[in-house]
Amino acid sequence: MKSIVRKSFVKSLPVMAAYVILGMGFGILMHDHGYGPLWSIASSVFIYAGSMQYVTVDLLSTAASPLSAALMTLMVNARHLFYGISMVGKYRKMKRTRPYLIFGLTDETYSLLCDDRDHPADDREDELYCFLVTLFNQSYWVAGSALGAIIGSVLQFDSTGIDFSMTALFVTVFVEQWLTSKEQRAALTGIGVSLLCLLLFGESSFLIPTMLLITLILSIPYRRKASSHA
Amino acid sequence: MHDIHAVILIAIIAAVTMLLRFLPFLIFNGNHEVPRYILYLGDKLPYAIMGMLIMYCLRGVSFGALAGWLPSLLAVAAVVALHVWKRNTLLSIIGGTALYMFLVQVVFA
Repeated sequence: MKSIVRKSFVKSLPVMAAYVILGMGFGILMHDHGYGPLWSIASSVFIYAGSMQYVTVDLLSTAASPLSAALMTLMVNARHLFYGISMVGKYRKMKRTRPYLIFGLTDETYSLLCDDRDHPADDREDELYCFLVTLFNQSYWVAGSALGAIIGSVLQFDSTGIDFSMTALFVTVFVEQWLTSKEQRAALTGIGVSLLCLLLFGESSFLIPTMLLITLILSIPYRRKASSHA
Repeated sequence: MHDIHAVILIAIIAAVTMLLRFLPFLIFNGNHEVPRYILYLGDKLPYAIMGMLIMYCLRGVSFGALAGWLPSLLAVAAVVALHVWKRNTLLSIIGGTALYMFLVQVVFA
């Protein structure tokens, strides 16, 4: 039990820095637009989706309509469908904590829990481990948001460029996957298709076509394999 | 009015996010076995999606002026180099972000 707590805490450490820093960035941004600590904390508790919360600041300050907020969320967070699909098998047995595990499945939590390394072999221990990693991550994010809101009202400093920490996190995960797996072709497909769709559809609407095309291209080897077995 | 609007927006954004996260589990979680094709996709997708997320972060890069793309390029290169060298996630993120903030605030200001 104690070793599972330690194990999950250690696993979540890389996310701690990113979430506290990114959460602070969000809190500072919210404060700059006139929304204090309670607003930042409420967003981080109930929405809990990093890049979407940055977009939320835009939506709030431009008095966006509920419909355009819903569509924007659909676009920015559609990738979460894929995280869910790839975790259905793993979370199936985790009956007690599953609602929270699903609610808290962010990019970073997913990137920590999607591979099989470091998972305890015992099912109950694995559930506790997944639950704690998810919970630790959200507490970093909420704490960072609160801290940022407070810092924003007390300190004045130039935080321009702090949002690059999100890019840096994804690049780090990408490099780590590249070095430890044999899925370089899938990784390149992701980069290449995104680039193509970005050029074709522009930055505000390339995500949906990118996800469709990635799914299509990755399906080709599966079809071939399936038909050669038949 | 300002506050009511904010509460409504945050509630909607939270609800749509939750819907996207719960939907795959509602569809595939019953007594139905997860189709092999879905499992195959779940196996391959993480690698492609991580590439997509990087491009998502870099979508605002513009090639008009040097300041539009060089800071991102240099900082991404630094993250890759740092990570291949040390394999330390924290170091890669903090090093790359510090370099990027320095570049956009001082060098290309």
